[in-house]
Amino acid sequence: MALLSLDRLSLSIHRKTILHGISLNIAGGEIHALTGESGSGKSLTALAIMRLLPIGSKTQGHAVLNGIDVLTQTEAQMLAIRGREVGMIFQEPMTALNPVKTIGSQVQETVQIHTGATASEAARRADDVLARVGLPSDKFPRSRYPHQLSGGQRQRVVIAIAIALRPKLLIADEPTTALDVTTQALILKLLRNLVEEQGMGMLMITHDLAVVAEMAQHISVIRDGEIVEQAATPALFSGTRHHYTQALFEASRHRVNLPAPPAPRSLLTLRNVCCDYSLTRSHLFKSKDTFRALHQVTFDISLGERLGLVGESGCGKSTLARAILGLKQIQAGEILLDGDPVYADKRPNLAVCRRMQVVFQDPFSSFNPRHRVGRLITEPFHGQPYSPSGSERRAIVSEALLAVGLAASDADKFIHEFSGGQRQRIAIARAIITRPDLILFDEAVSALDVSVRAKILDVIAELCRSYGLTYLFISHDLGVVRSVTDRVMIMREGRIVEYGETESVFRNPSHPYTRTLIASAPVLPSMTASGY
Amino acid sequence: MLLYLIKRLVSLGCSLVAASLVIFLVIEVAPGDPAQFMLGVNAEPETVAALKSELGLDVPKWTRYFNWISGMLVGDFGTSYTYRTPVIEMILDRLAVSLPLAGYALLLSTLIAFPAGVIAASRHGRLGDAAVMVATQFGIAIPNFWFAMILVLIFAVNLPFFSAGGFVGWDKGFWAGVHSLTLPAIALALPQAAILARVMRSSLLEILNQDFMRTARAKGLSQRQTLWRHGLRNALIPVLTIIGLQFSFLIAGGIIIEQVFFLPGLGRLVFQAISSRDLIVVEAVVMLLVFVVIVVNFLVDLAYAIADPRLRHRT
Repeated sequence: MALLSLDRLSLSIHRKTILHGISLNIAGGEIHALTGESGSGKSLTALAIMRLLPIGSKTQGHAVLNGIDVLTQTEAQMLAIRGREVGMIFQEPMTALNPVKTIGSQVQETVQIHTGATASEAARRADDVLARVGLPSDKFPRSRYPHQLSGGQRQRVVIAIAIALRPKLLIADEPTTALDVTTQALILKLLRNLVEEQGMGMLMITHDLAVVAEMAQHISVIRDGEIVEQAATPALFSGTRHHYTQALFEASRHRVNLPAPPAPRSLLTLRNVCCDYSLTRSHLFKSKDTFRALHQVTFDISLGERLGLVGESGCGKSTLARAILGLKQIQAGEILLDGDPVYADKRPNLAVCRRMQVVFQDPFSSFNPRHRVGRLITEPFHGQPYSPSGSERRAIVSEALLAVGLAASDADKFIHEFSGGQRQRIAIARAIITRPDLILFDEAVSALDVSVRAKILDVIAELCRSYGLTYLFISHDLGVVRSVTDRVMIMREGRIVEYGETESVFRNPSHPYTRTLIASAPVLPSMTASGY
Repeated sequence: MLLYLIKRLVSLGCSLVAASLVIFLVIEVAPGDPAQFMLGVNAEPETVAALKSELGLDVPKWTRYFNWISGMLVGDFGTSYTYRTPVIEMILDRLAVSLPLAGYALLLSTLIAFPAGVIAASRHGRLGDAAVMVATQFGIAIPNFWFAMILVLIFAVNLPFFSAGGFVGWDKGFWAGVHSLTLPAIALALPQAAILARVMRSSLLEILNQDFMRTARAKGLSQRQTLWRHGLRNALIPVLTIIGLQFSFLIAGGIIIEQVFFLPGLGRLVFQAISSRDLIVVEAVVMLLVFVVIVVNFLVDLAYAIADPRLRHRT
């Protein structure tokens, strides 16, 4: 008998139907993936099982967990089920833990509320669980607070909270989306082991098909609150598929065709760049310590070249971007654009800086919500010696919007009228409107769904053809970087550890760290491979 | 943590020195010669000069500043120009009323605001929330002196529970003192409670939407347990800021209430001293208030560090 069985589960919030008759079964020891794009109802399915839905929600159908239909339980009965029968892991480890309580006490609490164990007994059990998830007490004292741990370590604490009482079902909602690839690989391995050893069933919610392929035995693909396809993983990866699943797969492995770069002519030059951050004083009478974020970084970008920069969080990618843009002073070395320094006389050299533009990661917070699109995208002209006006300005705005696949009439709209993908197009329009010599894409497609991401990458490739863009593409996503760059740099702890032609770096990585990165990244099995 | 403490203490000292300089200079440039003022416009220049030297006003400015500071350090605030009594005694007399009154009012306001804020937040968008919001709107809108008069009318004139004004003094016993401060404390506390309750509510509401509150629910904690165990301490930071500001205000800001209830408090002392150009008293009281504000800020900083471990470790 199935451990969890959803039978025609429907959900409406304030009379708006969100889920339409979701049915799926999970057995003990099995991982079932629920995958789909943002807004498809993945997370709400999980919250419906936990009965933690927002106010105004109404459910129909059945969600039978171990013989009990949780949808008919009273709130008091649910309190006994949550945490004991079902554990849940969340996406964002940075905010999923209470910042003012120690990690020990947060795990201990789960034990105490359900078992009535004494504080010391509960603390001992919490200790065991934390050790089980890879946080031994000698290295990670239980008196630590969440802010003293890294993202991966915090996610381990969240997992410890969820599995402390050996629940029968574990719900993991995008458990590794916010983590680096190497950390992701470790956390996925931990989850797989826990499921095997404890015979738990796991409902894994993720948008990442490659992760699904590695983890799950069964897959349900959800779109707009409806399951469009449900199959065993090998069958889904080899057999015929629903056209939506097909589209998701194609978007996930989307590759763009870049035009060949022109003959090399150096544009941006970095020579032995070092960059420090000052830390807070550790002792009253000591001088401030500094943290060296960039060590002797040296590279060139030629005109028309597409260079990638890959590295994990905290490796110095963003610091490098800020230094190139002249937003941060460097402590040693030089950064020259066409021979001129980007930072001179203790201030940004604006004459050089205005020849560069940047596209940021978050399409929701990088626009002023009170300005119309036409004004937003012409903002870079403020720094330029010549700023077009009147009909010339309108023509330039239309051209930029058309170039990124939007309509000229969009110039009169406000930013809230656009979706995330459209906003990122607007951000690109803003970056190309002054025809800058160099564009920095700082994780520019990381917040987007696969299908949207594929379209944005196409836009970038198209712009390479029509505008001959030169850019530095910063990302933690290896697949994306491989697709849109000619050469790539791998960065680790502020150092460039590998630098070369993109394809040859990916095919024959020479540095061990590059090999680890490539090995850690989950890979989507080939579509035609029948022997999956 | 130690480094955090030392940093706060150093900044406390610097603020005090800066404040004392500003106060001294402002009073120095203020128009009016106290000796002239005390003796009247028709006084002989010789008499004024004699009084000046008696008051210590004939030495250079910086000497006077250092005399003033070094005096204060040993508890000598000088002698009042008008009353000819040591300023320290006058201030201590008044503090014996103002300090307990402020503490009492703050206690009441906190005792009212915390439950009100928690009720409103936990019943967000429902009847309890609406009731608290309406009540606090009244609390903020009603001027406290008017409210004070209504209190007197009801509880002193119509009902014989309290006296209409005056302070019996602490020598009549602790409870007698508390009794005579009760109406003024309520009048001071209610508007403060209204503000504090709203801050508490919005702070809690923000916390209730945080991810870790959902984690706590997923553990199997009830809504109420989640609020008490995980919400309250996180919501406390902005509330502590407001409490600190309110205490500083209550020390001397109760002047209108002191007038209504005829209380011999610090606010009235400043008012009288200013009207009679008793500058040495003004200087001393203002310095004292600055001292209180700075010390309260220091305590609030300490409370932050206790409430939030991230501050402790950031130093």
